[in-house]
Amino acid sequence: MMAEAPPDATRIAAEARDRVRFEEEALALSDQVYRVARHLAGSREDAEELVQETYARAFRSWRSYTPGTNLRAWLLRILTNLNIDRGRRNQRAPQMQALEANDYYLYDKLSESDGGLTDEDRVVERLSQDDIVSALSAVPHDFRDVIVLVDIGDFSYQDAAQILDIPIGTVMSRLHRGRRILKRELAESVVEEAS
Amino acid sequence: MKHSHDDPCAHCEEMMQPYLDHILSDEEMREAEHHLDECEWCRRRYRFEESLRVYVRQAVSEPMSVQLKQKLAALRIPLN
Repeated sequence: MMAEAPPDATRIAAEARDRVRFEEEALALSDQVYRVARHLAGSREDAEELVQETYARAFRSWRSYTPGTNLRAWLLRILTNLNIDRGRRNQRAPQMQALEANDYYLYDKLSESDGGLTDEDRVVERLSQDDIVSALSAVPHDFRDVIVLVDIGDFSYQDAAQILDIPIGTVMSRLHRGRRILKRELAESVVEEAS
Repeated sequence: MKHSHDDPCAHCEEMMQPYLDHILSDEEMREAEHHLDECEWCRRRYRFEESLRVYVRQAVSEPMSVQLKQKLAALRIPLN
């Protein structure tokens, strides 16, 4: 018969098991974390570094995560804080902010340059992947952060508010304005290409 | 939100984002749908916005490299 393990050993074993489970759950989310990081940070290199720093910190401070709460949001909170700390945000002076257009502006621009299109799905195809990536990076970071979290990362308003440490009303208004700015940037890229 | 009841299409435009985010009140939702039923001009623009959101999501999704995945796994703290 096996001797009963001393209480210390049992505790250490239980902790090791919890930690391994935490690491595995965190790693399983890495694709989603990267997808958000890629557009919060300025470049792919920055995003890769940021994700590594995030995981290094997460693995060190795993005890401060409360099991059963939203791990993806917890990881993103670390990531956004690191991003701010390192000053890696693509700063844009407030006066340089793009003007917003109305919500129908982009559609009107796209369809007007094509003599009245009928199929909305085809209208959207006039935008290239590069147009979209560069338009998104041109959106000032306060607005871009919420677009990236909510529209690309699939976070709820509530999670985005927690991650960015701003009120939920601010998430909603920045999202609303940010999408308009994005469409304005897209419309400009289309006009530039046409001319 | 500024209301433009004098111009139903301008009002419908203001409701587009909250409509697609499903955060309109029941009454506002009915109001938007009533207008959309009658107005093809706005309906096209709503449909465009819906496809645009999907399209943006797809366009910016870039898979993480295998190397980065391996680096992250290597950051795990080894068991003693």
